Amino acid sequence: MSTAAITAAAGSARGRRYGSISRDRRWALRWSYFFLVLFAIFFLMPPVYMLITSLKTSQEISAATDPWWVHHPTLGNYIELLTSPTYLTFFRNSALVSVIVVAITMLISVPAAFALSRMRFWGSAALATGVFLTYLIPETLLFIPLFKMFALINEYLDIQLIDRWWVLLVLYPTLTVPFCTWIMIGYFASIPKELDEAALMDGANYRQILTRVFIPVALPGLIAATIFAFTVSWAQFLYPLAFTTSADQLVLPVGIVTSLIKGDVFNWGQIMTGALLGAAPPLIIYAFLMDYYIAGLTAGATKG
Amino acid sequence: MVEAALQTPAIGRGVTRRSALRRTFGRKSSIAFLMTLPLILLVALLVLYPALYSIHLATLNKSMERFVGFGNFLFLFKRETFWMVVQQSCIFAITAVIFKALIGFIVAHFVHNIPSKGQRKWRGMLLVPWVIPPAMSCLAWLWLFDPSYSAFNWILDKLSIAAVPWTGNADWARFSVILVNVWIGAPFFMIMYLAALKSVPEQLYEAAAIDGANWWQRMWYVTLPMMRNIMAITALFSLIVTFANFDIVRILTAGGPVDRTHVFATWAFRVGIEGGDLPLGASVSLFMLPILAVAAIFILRDIHRRASEMS
Amino acid sequence: MAQVSLRKLYKRFDDTEAVRGIDLDIADKEFVVLVGPSGCGKTTTLRMIAGLEEVSAGEIAVDGEVVNDVPPKDRDMAMVFQNYALYPHMTVYENMSFGLRLKRYPREEIARRVQEAARILDIAELLDRKPRQLSGGQRQRVAMGRAIVRNPKVFLFDEPLSNLDAKLRVQMRTEIKRVHQKVRTTTVYVTHDQVEAMTLADRVVVMNRGRIEQIGSPNELYHAPKTRFVAGFIGSPAMNLLACRLEQAGGALRVRLSQDIALPVPSARVERYRAYVGREGLTFGLRPEHLTEGRANGGAPPAAIDALIEVAEPLGMETLVFFRIDGRDVCARVSPNAGAREGARMQLCAGLDNMHLIDDATGAVI
Repeated sequence: MSTAAITAAAGSARGRRYGSISRDRRWALRWSYFFLVLFAIFFLMPPVYMLITSLKTSQEISAATDPWWVHHPTLGNYIELLTSPTYLTFFRNSALVSVIVVAITMLISVPAAFALSRMRFWGSAALATGVFLTYLIPETLLFIPLFKMFALINEYLDIQLIDRWWVLLVLYPTLTVPFCTWIMIGYFASIPKELDEAALMDGANYRQILTRVFIPVALPGLIAATIFAFTVSWAQFLYPLAFTTSADQLVLPVGIVTSLIKGDVFNWGQIMTGALLGAAPPLIIYAFLMDYYIAGLTAGATKG
Repeated sequence: MVEAALQTPAIGRGVTRRSALRRTFGRKSSIAFLMTLPLILLVALLVLYPALYSIHLATLNKSMERFVGFGNFLFLFKRETFWMVVQQSCIFAITAVIFKALIGFIVAHFVHNIPSKGQRKWRGMLLVPWVIPPAMSCLAWLWLFDPSYSAFNWILDKLSIAAVPWTGNADWARFSVILVNVWIGAPFFMIMYLAALKSVPEQLYEAAAIDGANWWQRMWYVTLPMMRNIMAITALFSLIVTFANFDIVRILTAGGPVDRTHVFATWAFRVGIEGGDLPLGASVSLFMLPILAVAAIFILRDIHRRASEMS
Repeated sequence: MAQVSLRKLYKRFDDTEAVRGIDLDIADKEFVVLVGPSGCGKTTTLRMIAGLEEVSAGEIAVDGEVVNDVPPKDRDMAMVFQNYALYPHMTVYENMSFGLRLKRYPREEIARRVQEAARILDIAELLDRKPRQLSGGQRQRVAMGRAIVRNPKVFLFDEPLSNLDAKLRVQMRTEIKRVHQKVRTTTVYVTHDQVEAMTLADRVVVMNRGRIEQIGSPNELYHAPKTRFVAGFIGSPAMNLLACRLEQAGGALRVRLSQDIALPVPSARVERYRAYVGREGLTFGLRPEHLTEGRANGGAPPAAIDALIEVAEPLGMETLVFFRIDGRDVCARVSPNAGAREGARMQLCAGLDNMHLIDDATGAVI
């Protein structure tokens, strides 16, 4: 493929030496880039706008001279937010919740995926499909009964579950574990059975097979699943909105939306800054680990 | 053959073998079960049980003391808002998914057409809407749609076009919700379709080209059939997720104006948690169930078909 | 000492019987090859010896001790897989030392053993590479190294050469034989290729449909097959098998292959075959190399066949000619300068001292 690209007519990806075909390909390529640029503008415009707004002072925003360009850029918004204890609390809560949920998710998913993909026991096939199906039950269906359940637990067992950030540690795994298990089952299943048998002959027990063979070989899948779990946890909005209300218990998405919008006065500069900073961790992970991120997405469907 | 086996003299040893078998098998199976136990518990307690509990909840009155049977449902059926919510939820979901699939398909093709070296860059850029937490990007869109300061209206003004009430007018508000939905979701479709496009063997296209197929015929006879499975599963997934979506409507329009953009999720939240009537909220949520069940059945069927195709 | 015994071994999978009663004694340091067509149960037998499959009935004993319930890791056996099964995330050194590291061998001991095995297999320069950087033949050698390093009682080979191209296969065959000479360990080798079986084995076990057809040295199997299956399976090109009748001709017997062809039975065999005169269901077997061109000094030899050559395959050192007797294909090996061409007529001389007569009803060689 690469030699073909090198020998191709200018710009053609799979160009051949025959004149008419390469002309077609060149035109197709030009149109492709044209539309790609259009779509890129469409897709990237809001984040760029967030950035632009975040660099503006309140005065510049309300003056409304030119929304698409910053004339007097300032880092004031950033400094304000990054030194604001409320905002930092939001960030800390989000970070804590996301990291712990990732750990919980991996601890539950990996052994389950190993058992379901390798150790065939009664009902394992049905269980695997069932796990996947529960992923299809949306949180918007569950948040009300869960709310009531937690309120009841509060009443009878005196365990405070409402309005505490660590209730999210219980709830988020319901969103991450099924899909992560599904991803890991796919990766584990793609490891050839001979590898287990070779390890068995070499003298390994099941635990050693899991830790010294499976996990290293399926590492890309593990990373993809970790990224998925983190991103989902970080971006969650409904559960924290329903279950946490006090300012010091909020996570980032809810915090920004509820507390930066005070009454009718919208401090858009700060809101955009807050939103951008809130979007930063997933974006950074994505920038550095893009291939794993995408592998996590496509693994679920194509291996499905 | 079975009779022959039963008559072999080894049957005595066979019996003892089987009990030894069951011993080792039992050990393995119990370890395996223990490994899946946390998963089973998690799903059973926090997904399945609440789902069933919501049915029970929906049959109670507001203070959750009396059993009112179908009272909540009948109440909903009489409310005009409820029917608007049903209509809006369905229209949003179907329209958004169609556009997401279309845009995803088109963009995937363009990305697939350019040289492989550049693909990674473009793919990376185009997936950004999906990576940003929806709540954050909805804030950006909220700002873009702001009645007084909308950046879009500023551009329209420069072109001498009247300002658009993006979230103020019912029809425009619906359009805006769908637009943001498509903006967030199309990249996901693009990635899936791109993966599917790449999995179509190049040789099929070459064979079609030799057979004299033009661009459209190649698409119809080679590309689409090979991609059918992924397209179906992605669309079904997206239908479920879009249908049950909460963040976008909540942040963008909070259901307004005048409840014209409410969907099941947001209205259930309004009624159940903000209105303090949990049973009523549960009833609202439950109406998502039939449609979700239908979609789930289709997905299950599709998975089974693909699993048997592959084996 | 590593003597392996299989007694009345059975293996049932759901509703099929893959192995139906195997009795086999493998002596210490012996190289035994299980050979047969796919589905004959040879791999299943090997896996039962390894402990990777549960035994349905029967016993496997190593050095007199029954090991049916012993898990694979405690049987002190090493296996070389068809697909090599190398750990992709480990280097060659780590692959080879994995088993020893699991058993917590001291580092110097591990290093010594790995270096020794690498030397035997000529892979010393590859120790730092990962499997994906190796060629097929190199991977196969690493797989063997992994087995050698463990110094097990028994080596088990599961069709290790099937994934290699033809030339490499021949090379690796010799390698394996050489390694066996250096590392004298009991070996059980499974293959569907009878050439591998013949060249590598001390004794060959021919299996078919879950049962043993014959056990013997390569020579025994070649020259004295006991069943039709073995006769037809061993040897390439395969033995010619033709339906025939036995006729009386005075005091002697004749084998009638067709209306025009009746070959005299060697006097040494007349007594053995006499009981089968006139019977239905007899098959005549003769290897192609015992059907050669007639001698130049004229005169029709007694066991002559006049052949109209249909296909001639020149192989350089000999030519294979194919012709028909009564519509059935027959193959003969003639010397390259016998003038064999399509359409030519040739006088072929049958070396009937090497003939076999098979009773179709039992499949046994008479």
